[in-house]
Amino acid sequence: MTAPLPVIIGVTLVVLLGLATFLTWFERRLLGLWQDRYGPNRVGPGGLLQAVADGVKILFKQDWIPPFADRAVFVLAPAIGMMTVLLSFGVIPVTALWSIAGTLDVGLLFVLAMMGMGVYGVVLAGWASNSKYALLGGMRAAAQMISYEVFMGLSVLGVVMQAGSFNMRDIVLAQSGLWFVVPQALGCAVFLLAGIAETHRLPFDLPEGENELGAGFHTEYSGMKFGMFFLAEYAGIVLVSALLATLYLGGWQGPLLPPALWFALKTGMLVCLFILLRAALPRPRYDQLMALGWKILLPLSLLNIAATGAILLLRTPG
Amino acid sequence: MFGTLRTLWLTFLHMGHRRETVGYPEHKPPLPPRYRGRIILSRDPDGMERCVACNLCAVACPVDCISLQKAEQDGRWYPEYFRINFSRCIFCGLCEEACPTYAIQLTPDFEMSEYLRSNLVYEKEDLLISGPGKYPDYSFFNVAGVKIPGKDKGEAEREAPPVDLHTLLP
Repeated sequence: MTAPLPVIIGVTLVVLLGLATFLTWFERRLLGLWQDRYGPNRVGPGGLLQAVADGVKILFKQDWIPPFADRAVFVLAPAIGMMTVLLSFGVIPVTALWSIAGTLDVGLLFVLAMMGMGVYGVVLAGWASNSKYALLGGMRAAAQMISYEVFMGLSVLGVVMQAGSFNMRDIVLAQSGLWFVVPQALGCAVFLLAGIAETHRLPFDLPEGENELGAGFHTEYSGMKFGMFFLAEYAGIVLVSALLATLYLGGWQGPLLPPALWFALKTGMLVCLFILLRAALPRPRYDQLMALGWKILLPLSLLNIAATGAILLLRTPG
Repeated sequence: MFGTLRTLWLTFLHMGHRRETVGYPEHKPPLPPRYRGRIILSRDPDGMERCVACNLCAVACPVDCISLQKAEQDGRWYPEYFRINFSRCIFCGLCEEACPTYAIQLTPDFEMSEYLRSNLVYEKEDLLISGPGKYPDYSFFNVAGVKIPGKDKGEAEREAPPVDLHTLLP
């Protein structure tokens, strides 16, 4: 029952943007739950229409470009941030039959490349804003995201070695016996941390650390351009969760329930984990963040690769 | 590392805790009887106005939001008008403390929002209630030595009859 490609693309786009919007409300409700309060519960059933109200509000806000900003780049930056996240979803196989390009030979590399591009959205936003807080935020983003990208790439190598493919669908199929989260537990943990840093979510949201940088790289943004960064961040959470589900939790595979539901379930649980991280953890200092990355996560991911490689070699017959 | 995981777990457990928020318009929080809210003017058990227009409340008021004028009828003093500007009132309760007749009292009601500022000026009709408020048995003129219709001097509670000055002559 494979659907025609335009249908898949359209559905994916609508679902994703809807999901990102819905997440802005869902996160606040969940944070409220974990902080013994309610969160937005007034607009619509359970506050569900809060996202719509926020969207309408942000659409009608003045879309102001500061006179000192670099206009072209300033406008382009949020679009880059949004676009790279959306493009990454193209290679994620929701089920064996339902994906835009789930069988792409370099699927995983494509995702990593898009995440690398995504850094530009943040860095250019900080640069084009031409103000000190935005620049500091952009600089932090550059250092943080580029360094965490290193471990992200290295941590998934274990998965690639075990599956023997960069093809996302093959990676999922290779987990039919045992999810990679068991043999690749270390890689999974490193990937999770790198994923948080990559989406610059709390506790690794130093590029926008509001108590020191105003709002960091998007200090000068208002209206829907800010909304674009906002939605891109939430789409990024979904993306990293979907990646984790695909690479380590066996993608759509699971007993009884239909495959698409399994995928949604795993992704949803991981999104909740992201929100729990925000509810529970304080932000580390910037040097702590970099030290954690280069001194702990990099050796760990290298160790993971070496161990995986050694075990695979020993197991190879002949 | 362990501390971080423990924090996550403890935060997760908060899912089962009761929420501290009181959803206000649906669930009114229980207010203590001596809560300092909307100001009222009470009546004594006979249904007469307690206020004797002594102006002590207006003097005590730190923001000068009380305005009144004395009038007199059959020996009883009462306010001709009594006006509280609630857009100024800070609900400090000093007027209640200053009142010698328990007339002015603060009540546990704070829902008095208005769209027009001028609607926040309450006149005597708006302030007067039909009952005695927090002091059900107190009636000022029954304990005061003032002569009013139906009660002559010396007929108040715990009051001796006035001394006839002529009997004191040597």
